[in-house]
Amino acid sequence: MHAKSLTIERLSVAIEKKEVIKDLSLTIRKGELRLLMGPNAAGKSTLAYALAGHPNYRVTSGEIKIGSQKLNDLPTEERARLGFFLAFQYPVGIEGISLFDLLRETARVQGWSGTARELLGLGGRLARAVGLENKILGKELNFELSGGEKKRTEILQALALQPVFAVFDESDSGLDVDGLKLFGEAVGGLIKGGTGVLVISHYPRILKYLKPDFVHVMVGGKIVESGGVSLAKKIEKGGYESYGQKES
Amino acid sequence: MARKKVKGKPNQRSFRIKQGLDTDTVKTISAIKSEPRWMREFRLRALRIFERKPLPTWGADLSPLKLDKICYYVRPTDRSARRWEDLPSEIRETYTKLGIPKAEQQYLAGVSAQYESEVVYGSLREELAKQGVIFLSMDEALQKYPEIIKEYFGTVVAPDDNKFAALNSAVWSGGSFIYIPPKVKVSLPLHAFFAIESARFGQFERTLIIADKDSFVHYVEGCTAPIYSENSLHAAVVEVIVKEGARVRYSTAQNWSRNVYNLTTKRAFVEEEGVIEWVSGSLGSRVTMLYPSSCLRGKGARADHLLLSLAGEGQVLDTGAKVFHLAPQTSSRVLAKSISRGGGKNVFRGLLQVAEKAKEAKGNMRCNALLLDETSQAETFPSLKIKGKDVAVGHEATVGKVGEEQLFYLRSRGLDEEEATGLIVNGFIEPIIKEFPLEFAVEINQLIQLKMKGATG
Repeated sequence: MHAKSLTIERLSVAIEKKEVIKDLSLTIRKGELRLLMGPNAAGKSTLAYALAGHPNYRVTSGEIKIGSQKLNDLPTEERARLGFFLAFQYPVGIEGISLFDLLRETARVQGWSGTARELLGLGGRLARAVGLENKILGKELNFELSGGEKKRTEILQALALQPVFAVFDESDSGLDVDGLKLFGEAVGGLIKGGTGVLVISHYPRILKYLKPDFVHVMVGGKIVESGGVSLAKKIEKGGYESYGQKES
Repeated sequence: MARKKVKGKPNQRSFRIKQGLDTDTVKTISAIKSEPRWMREFRLRALRIFERKPLPTWGADLSPLKLDKICYYVRPTDRSARRWEDLPSEIRETYTKLGIPKAEQQYLAGVSAQYESEVVYGSLREELAKQGVIFLSMDEALQKYPEIIKEYFGTVVAPDDNKFAALNSAVWSGGSFIYIPPKVKVSLPLHAFFAIESARFGQFERTLIIADKDSFVHYVEGCTAPIYSENSLHAAVVEVIVKEGARVRYSTAQNWSRNVYNLTTKRAFVEEEGVIEWVSGSLGSRVTMLYPSSCLRGKGARADHLLLSLAGEGQVLDTGAKVFHLAPQTSSRVLAKSISRGGGKNVFRGLLQVAEKAKEAKGNMRCNALLLDETSQAETFPSLKIKGKDVAVGHEATVGKVGEEQLFYLRSRGLDEEEATGLIVNGFIEPIIKEFPLEFAVEINQLIQLKMKGATG
């Protein structure tokens, strides 16, 4: 069981000179699921990238911590090795590298001690868990994958790593009903294992498959409202207009 | 890998010709080798062509190469050995480091090892010799089979082909002669190793391969040299004759040290239904200018060129391929991949020419260059010249950088920048590595991993 929380304290993030996230605070405990909703350009993905340490997303003030370990100045790979995981909204393609190649490298650098055969077995099981066949492991990373397969293989990687903390950046967009169900099960499994999870989504329909402990609404780089599942239901009806935004 | 310098080790039987090049140099080399008169005339004619031709002005800068300061012939020992034990110990040491005796026992059909100007070791499995396969140093072949050599020598690459082909023709020494009789398929590779250990030295080996009808051979050459401050020159000429229905695979692992100028001419004549495969990994040298060419002379002949080059600090690897479709239904593929890092420069020059009578020819040329940093360079010059009818030819050339988003993605999985770059490079070369003959792919992959480590470590 992971005993660490992810703490975001008064965080501001700028892309080039433009401040995108302003003074945002959020703490997510182990085994907790939070849903972050908001219109386009609210800064949701920026938050995800800033947490992961993308070099173009500059933290101008505030702190990000896993447990007592401050992440702000750590390079992306060290954050990953401390247990931070990001499921990408648009994972990039890498020529000549298969999903299995990536799993093998990831496993290696994160201290996996099993054999290639064991990893292949694990990959196969996890592929089925996200509704894919074994052969997905041999496909060229993201070039040979459909939109839905990309989302599923990102979820697969989260399951493989069992991170301390995971962000799913719009993993539900582009998934069909079966995919959404499997996504819900995957997140449920991670939480049970103690992973703290932040799901970023546009769509309240995801609530059919996820039972978040909290729902946060982000607009203009700030969390403007937090609450329970009922908050998401309110958005489903009224959109983001009440926050001074048109639904997109 | 630590390399031991053997510079200046005394060896009573060795001989080094005076530096510089003139008629005397050529005559001395010819006399040492007790050559037939026609060969001496051939050399002298080539020398005049060399003197007449200017240095090429396109491509890499050759001005640091002081041709008058080079030593054109070094004999490391007085004879060629048939057993490892008979080699002088310092030569044996060099080759042991390259893993030759072990490889020879395990997966080679024959071995030739050239040290400076002379082939110092040669072997061929007995069963192949019995089938009529010939695998000798060119010098030995000239003594034993003067008629065959006279008939073919210089017919594929003439001395006036280019300045360095002329130079090689004037001062050539060593190299391999291979003859494969009709229908004989040599299943294991024949491997030639070339080593330069002298400073300011020129190695000019001369290789001629004749694959008779319906035969097959895989010839592998590996080139290596320790590090010296002064520039050395390697200017080989390789002539390959692929007769009807035969297939020759020619693989090169070029790992010269960073002071070697590698200016080599390689060409194959391919007859009806014959196949030539050029497979090369260029990793070393200061400057390389090398464009293996295939002349598809018979109906249905085929050429396959696979090139991989990795240019690092201070290196200019100017490579490419030339394919001449001269007969109907000939086909060719050129696949080139280059990686530039640490300020290195790769240049690709490709020529795909289809003659008027080459009806229904097919050709494809693809070149992809990857830049690992801002200081490195890559240029591509693909060229198509088509006269034939009903031909299907295409080409593609790309120059790309390692993407920031790709690096970020891999780093988000816990790979550091070096590991992420390594993985991206592996993926980039994967399509060409998987086409390489297995034993060669392993060798090249190891070399690349070694070089990449050196890049950041």
